[in-house]
Amino acid sequence: MTEAPALFGLLGSALVALGLYGLAAAPTLIRRIVGFNVAGSGLFVILGALGARDAAAGPDPVPQALIITGVVVALSATALALAFAVRLAAMGQRADTLETLPEDDR
Amino acid sequence: MTASIATVTPWPVLTILVPLVAALAAVVLGRRGTVVDFVAIPAGLVLALLTAIQARGQGPSFYRLGGWEAPLGVQLRVDGLAAAFLGLTAIVAAAVAAYAAAYFRQPRAETRIGYVFRPLFLLLWGGLNAVFLAGDLFNLYVALELVTLCAIGLVALGGEARAIAAALRYMLFALAGSFAFLTGAVLLYGAHGVLDARLTAAAVQPQAATWAAGALMTVGLIAKTALFPLHAWLPPAHARAPAPASALLSALVVKASFYTLLRLWTEVLGPIGTGGLMTALGLLGAAAVLYGSIAALRQPRLKLIIAYSTIAQLGLMFLAFPLAAGPAAAQPWSEAAWSGAAFQAMAHGLAKAAAFLAAGAILVQVGSDDLAALRGVARRMPISAFAFGLATVSLVGLPPSGGFLAKYLLVSAAAEAGAWGWAAVPLAAGLLSAAYLLRPLGQMILEPEAGPQPTRSPAPFRLQAAALVLALCAILLGVAPLEVYRTLHAGGGG
Repeated sequence: MTEAPALFGLLGSALVALGLYGLAAAPTLIRRIVGFNVAGSGLFVILGALGARDAAAGPDPVPQALIITGVVVALSATALALAFAVRLAAMGQRADTLETLPEDDR
Repeated sequence: MTASIATVTPWPVLTILVPLVAALAAVVLGRRGTVVDFVAIPAGLVLALLTAIQARGQGPSFYRLGGWEAPLGVQLRVDGLAAAFLGLTAIVAAAVAAYAAAYFRQPRAETRIGYVFRPLFLLLWGGLNAVFLAGDLFNLYVALELVTLCAIGLVALGGEARAIAAALRYMLFALAGSFAFLTGAVLLYGAHGVLDARLTAAAVQPQAATWAAGALMTVGLIAKTALFPLHAWLPPAHARAPAPASALLSALVVKASFYTLLRLWTEVLGPIGTGGLMTALGLLGAAAVLYGSIAALRQPRLKLIIAYSTIAQLGLMFLAFPLAAGPAAAQPWSEAAWSGAAFQAMAHGLAKAAAFLAAGAILVQVGSDDLAALRGVARRMPISAFAFGLATVSLVGLPPSGGFLAKYLLVSAAAEAGAWGWAAVPLAAGLLSAAYLLRPLGQMILEPEAGPQPTRSPAPFRLQAAALVLALCAILLGVAPLEVYRTLHAGGGG
């Protein structure tokens, strides 16, 4: 069994990969937002794993502070994206995919 | 380059605090928020000036926030480049604030757009100042996120479906870019254990994790700067936003990520920059010039022309990388190239904001920004047309203007380096800018068509005057650049 930090690092990387795939290829907007969140969570897991030090020193507190900040930023961004999606739905516009978003005149 | 810990003057910290506090006050005051403008704008201008004076006199300074020393504490860095960008932001913000007060005037009932613009604008200003002063990579990430989220809000301000769609596209690009930047910062921390900019520059080694971090951060920042080929979000976002928001977006927001990229490769990751990567950035910039200019030639609407022009002019700034970063940093021409890119950023910021503000005033009076509707505007709105003309002079790079000075510096640096390919890029950019900007300008100075003109209320004088002031600043940058140049270099940057 590998050490815990390496395991968390690998898990985090897997989450990032899954989330990025969702962000890029998901058919609906809500799923893209979810994918962004999954990828962000994966990055935070990796960051947490980086905070591991030998048992005498205890965990590095800097990555924990970075994770908290990152969570707040991701939350704000998610809230904004969801607000846009809700607004578009309320206006009757289909926002399922980027292709169905209203286009600009060219 | 001697650096001193400056603990005496609080001006740089105040440049971040004042807009943020003003934003909170604007949320509370709502319709009575014009008093916030009267306090925050002069304060912002004065603080930017004081910071520039400090940078000029003391050289690069570092502030320990809260007294904590790096690497645990967050540091702010004040030098010539930061002071120059702070000044650019303050001037553009002042003009946009005066413009927006008239543009979004609410006679009776409070509207959402009139209420929301001021806090978003002030938060954006505070965030931009935080980006320019950041000395710590994670602080930089948070500041960039603040800027991005405010910018996205500004794009969607009008509330129409197309504006929200443009904001969503911008959001997807920007979030992916932020994610890449954050991943790069995480990798750098994992590899070297520091996030402070100075300490990272001292600790960085050419190893796989650092390369990956550099690549990720570069790609993320390119997406936010709308460099070709990650530019697709910019034209609809900047064209669909209301005019004062477009001015802020094109003039300042894209400069924040470019500034970060410049800092990244000239300072933080400077030791590991390779010629190949810098040349690749320069080639993308040249491609952006070509693509943006040719696309601008095909647009039927004024705001879209100006938006594509942003893509082209941004590409010009990326010539700083092959000529002044990486292995070129030690060469004698790197200083001229670095100054040229900084002047291009400043001149473009002033001229582009003036162009968008003038286009907004024209839109208010004429009702449409189709090229056909622009006919005869110079007769009916001489101030706006003149402002747009002066902005064209600077964007094309005709003397005497800030744009000319920027192109001159870049071309002379490239010529000194013997790189005739890079020297051709600013010249081509100037020619192509003339082609796509003289289309609307030519329409404006034609005689109006005979027959009854549609009667609409004229645009308020303040709108046209704000555009003119910014355009004159862009020209002034080329007429009297010495003080700016000295501040840029006396601060010790580059």
